Amino acid sequence: MAGLEAAFRATRDAGRKLLVPYITGGYPRWQDAVRACAANGADAVEIGIPFSDPVMDGPVIQAASHTALEGGATPAKILHEVPHLDVEIPLAVMTYYNLVHHPGPQRFAANLQRAGIAAAILPDLPLEESGPWCAAADAAEIETIMLAAPTAPDARLPLIADRARGFIYSVGLLGVTGERASLAETATDLAGRLKAITDKPVLVGVGVSDAVQAYQATRVADGVIQGASVVRRLMESGPDAVGDYVAEVRAAIDAD
Amino acid sequence: MTDSLLAPPDATGRFGEFGGRFVPETLVPACQELEAAFVDAWADPVFREELDDVHRRYSGRPSIITECHNLGARLGVRLFLKREDLNHTGSHKINNVIGQTLLAKRMGKQRIVADTGAGQHGVASATAAALLGLDCKVYMGAVDVERQALNVFRMKLLGAEVESVESGSRTLKDAVNEAMRHWVANVADTYFCLGSVVGPHPYPYMVRQFQAVIGEEAHAQMRGMTGALPDVVVACVGGGSNAMGIFAGFVDEPGTRLVGVEPAGGAAIGHGVPGVVHGMRSNLLQDEVGQVEEAVSISAGLDYPGVGPEHSYLAQRGRAEYPSVTDDEVVEAFRLLSETEGIIPALESAHAVAWLSREAHGIQGQTVLMNLSGRGDKDVAQMMDILNGRL
Repeated sequence: MAGLEAAFRATRDAGRKLLVPYITGGYPRWQDAVRACAANGADAVEIGIPFSDPVMDGPVIQAASHTALEGGATPAKILHEVPHLDVEIPLAVMTYYNLVHHPGPQRFAANLQRAGIAAAILPDLPLEESGPWCAAADAAEIETIMLAAPTAPDARLPLIADRARGFIYSVGLLGVTGERASLAETATDLAGRLKAITDKPVLVGVGVSDAVQAYQATRVADGVIQGASVVRRLMESGPDAVGDYVAEVRAAIDAD
Repeated sequence: MTDSLLAPPDATGRFGEFGGRFVPETLVPACQELEAAFVDAWADPVFREELDDVHRRYSGRPSIITECHNLGARLGVRLFLKREDLNHTGSHKINNVIGQTLLAKRMGKQRIVADTGAGQHGVASATAAALLGLDCKVYMGAVDVERQALNVFRMKLLGAEVESVESGSRTLKDAVNEAMRHWVANVADTYFCLGSVVGPHPYPYMVRQFQAVIGEEAHAQMRGMTGALPDVVVACVGGGSNAMGIFAGFVDEPGTRLVGVEPAGGAAIGHGVPGVVHGMRSNLLQDEVGQVEEAVSISAGLDYPGVGPEHSYLAQRGRAEYPSVTDDEVVEAFRLLSETEGIIPALESAHAVAWLSREAHGIQGQTVLMNLSGRGDKDVAQMMDILNGRL
């Protein structure tokens, strides 16, 4: 499979906005939810590998992670399922650094590569600590998606952009994952600051909560990540509701 | 001083291979700002004088040292207690909190957010916030809210908002998670007042510096009282701030043995392996894939699966040792110090008593300095349940 960044650049350059839903791996029927995303217009799916202490996650994703862990989810079990998902779009994993640190970056990167994962997001691994992981990931051709936050001074953004592979995850607000009533101003501000300094794809995530907000964010950004709004539908109504929602967001961001 | 084991961490915030700054990107600038503000304040005589002044006129420093003639005679050692239990608010936690809240004010922050286990750090934070006119919010695990109801009420009385944390194991670990989430969302105007030598750089170093007053005082006091340094310095270790505080006075004294006593159900150094949580790389109780395990201890203040990175470093260097004691041994020790010396220790501090009681046979005739990190008033209700019918 071609890399995530290559695929995203091609899609963007063809004039289409990028949509990346997040699904908590190990949650009941998560595999069907990933397939529903792929079938309804997602450009990639971010698969969460649940961690016991998810400091960047709000109540919805915390609860999904907890349920998955109670059900016996492990990194190995989730990655074992990935080749059987049988979707055509690139897949990324999102997890916390201790699950990488425990087996060691090289082993973890090799495990991702073997499963056919294209990219990784580690929200508690900032630039200054990312060296050992990035070296292992680069060697295994796993693209490391870096996060940029609204608190970053201007001088920091190019450093993050330089190290990012795949795309840049532009954090939409000051806060953890979860749905909000409206899109924070910080979402488009930061996306605009990033677009001004890099030609890598810039996607807004955290606090992009519905189709309208996704549309607003993509007027500036190249795409959006949808986390809590997707996972809540998975928890409340199952994979079909996830598919319906992804289709709705797809239609919204495709509108002129 | 370059050979000192007490040197500041390196530029990445590491003591050897432990420490660092593993935080969400949102918090990186805040940690950098805090580091710069602390280094600046610590080097500023005006700040240091202000801190000393609050210690002297408000907290009650220096804390005294008490020689325990009764228990010492029974155990066959010369036993001295560093009486952090006599500080205002009843534990060593006030030392760190006064330092951090003065720093928060200096940085222009109006709100502090704190985590707490037993409630001692929460009470100290609420106290300092009241003194300095800051708003204070304290996150406390629901289990601890239950078993430390008195401290919850004290915090509220002091004007703090107490948020009960229902996620995860509903203890200190989860209170730290929730306080960090709050900080991520409110980083612009909120100061995160961490309660121990844990967390991302500069917290482990900064909190150690604020607690080092314990060891510095004790070093001089022991020389004055005995004409020598103690053979053994012992303290309990959860996150490890009271232990780092007293160790700081003796780390570079090779003749003094350093003992940090962990709870058997939360022995991060004894049973953990290096991991990354709460912003730091340090020893951590975790399962075979790296999920953080829940600590289980009679003492809410030590119910923590990790430990300060500097302790992992001192353990790896062989400079300090970290045995553990069981809850049963702690209950006996709680009674022992109360009955023999008329001093009711905090359950946390009773871990150090328990170790000494068990191991005294191997150190007969030696001089032991124990950090009595807190008083046991907060634990009396819990002990009434445990000891009911046994007194």
